[in-house]
Amino acid sequence: MNVAPRLTGLASGSVPPALLELDHVSISYPTPDGILTAVEDVSFRISAGERLVLLGPSGCGKSTLLRAVGGFLSPSAGELLMNGRRIGAPGPDRMTVFQEFDQLLPWRTVLGNVRYALERGKSMPRRDADGVARRWIERVGLKNFVDAFPHTLSGGMKQRVAIARAFALEPALLLMDEPFAALDALTRRQMQDELLKLCEETGNTALFVTHGIDEAIRVGTRILALTPHPGRLAATFDVPLDTRSRGSSGFAELERRIQETVFSAPEIDHV
Amino acid sequence: MSDVAAPKLVRAPALRRALEGTPWRRFMILAGFALAWELYARWLDNALLLPTLGATLAALWSAILSGELPNRALTSLRVLITGYALGVAVAAVLTTVAALSRWGNEALGLLTSMFNPLPAIALLPIALLWFGVGTPSLIFVIVHSVLWPVALACYGGFLAVPPTLRMAGRNLGLSGGRFVAEILVPAAFPQILSGLRIGWAFAWRTLIAAELVFGVSARSGGIGWFIYTSRAQLETASVFAGLLTVILIGLLVEGVIFRTLTRITVQRWGQAQT
Repeated sequence: MNVAPRLTGLASGSVPPALLELDHVSISYPTPDGILTAVEDVSFRISAGERLVLLGPSGCGKSTLLRAVGGFLSPSAGELLMNGRRIGAPGPDRMTVFQEFDQLLPWRTVLGNVRYALERGKSMPRRDADGVARRWIERVGLKNFVDAFPHTLSGGMKQRVAIARAFALEPALLLMDEPFAALDALTRRQMQDELLKLCEETGNTALFVTHGIDEAIRVGTRILALTPHPGRLAATFDVPLDTRSRGSSGFAELERRIQETVFSAPEIDHV
Repeated sequence: MSDVAAPKLVRAPALRRALEGTPWRRFMILAGFALAWELYARWLDNALLLPTLGATLAALWSAILSGELPNRALTSLRVLITGYALGVAVAAVLTTVAALSRWGNEALGLLTSMFNPLPAIALLPIALLWFGVGTPSLIFVIVHSVLWPVALACYGGFLAVPPTLRMAGRNLGLSGGRFVAEILVPAAFPQILSGLRIGWAFAWRTLIAAELVFGVSARSGGIGWFIYTSRAQLETASVFAGLLTVILIGLLVEGVIFRTLTRITVQRWGQAQT
């Protein structure tokens, strides 16, 4: 454990305390054709209150990185530290919103899904969990669907439930794995705006994975661009507050800069 | 976030709903079959080979009134439920172990592929050798008939649980038995339910067959024994009455218990496979 150097770093006051720290992380896994390196030597940190976006084309390992932060797989080299402690198993302090709609428990209603998560993830008594769950369901606009089963909901509504479930558990770090990628363009835009609002209201720290540049600028405070095969960090972009609204001159400018950096690298210009 | 409005639904007219349902078609088919039986039996005019439907129903009615058939059925069902519950319990333990460890996984795969094709009734001679004539032997073969199809279905169901759902469960910090009981089992419930159904049908068949084989010296036999003795006494109508009882109980369990179970679970959850 190399705790000492980080502690001195904190003591000197030069670096803000990191909620999450990735230290030279590489992730590879066996495939039928040999060992595939999905992520190579990635280091970054997230401070409390930040919304960090991992942006890159498919195959850049951004989802793999998110899974590792979630504790669903372990790195082949390097370290992932959450509040200075190595990430082992998955846990409700890192609630994940997945892209797939089947992340909800089909045998529980909308209320049941959120309540169950609170009962298990936060060991909350049923009555308290019920109240918190109802508040969050109302907050994501589904108060008319409290008793509906997931299969009766549209894709966007299912993602709203997943978002309510994740926020309700007040995770130290919210993980979002392209939660809107499977939605139609109009719904996606609306969901981005509403998610942004929730994040700003709660001040939740988030790690967000996407392949959409506009989505990254819209929801993130900082963007890490990755290049594929294997996934490496290419560049970092800060997103100033006034850049965040679509149609602002900053938005277009930043979009262009990111486009040039990430998606115009010679080996992937066909993507 | 902004509210999503609930959709408005209108019910179809009552007559149309009734005509689109299957019950009346089924009733017509059954009535046609009953009529054909009655007419053919009258034309054949041989009560020893094929009694009329009327005679069969009369025999059924008197066997019910005398209390013999209900007693026999109860004896059969008691053995059946014991064996079925035991088989399902063992299957649950095996699949839980298989879901949580690689060794258990391999063991279950090997055992099911070995024992599933083996007809339970083929084990009856061994059972008689080990447990003697009586209920324990019956329970042994029933457990065997239930265990493997149910274990196979559960395990197949576990494997088919989407990875995202597994991760959603583990994200809440679930692991071990709780993960199996609260995530895997309900997620695999469509397959588990069809396994329970198959297990039930196998158990019922195996039991009746086993009773036919060695009811001879068991003091209180079940329905199989009722059929066997009726044949020995050349009361063919009672044989048919016994068969009808087997069918009726089978239908009752399928149509009431399993259908209800399907309706309140997988259908409500939108996971019905049909």
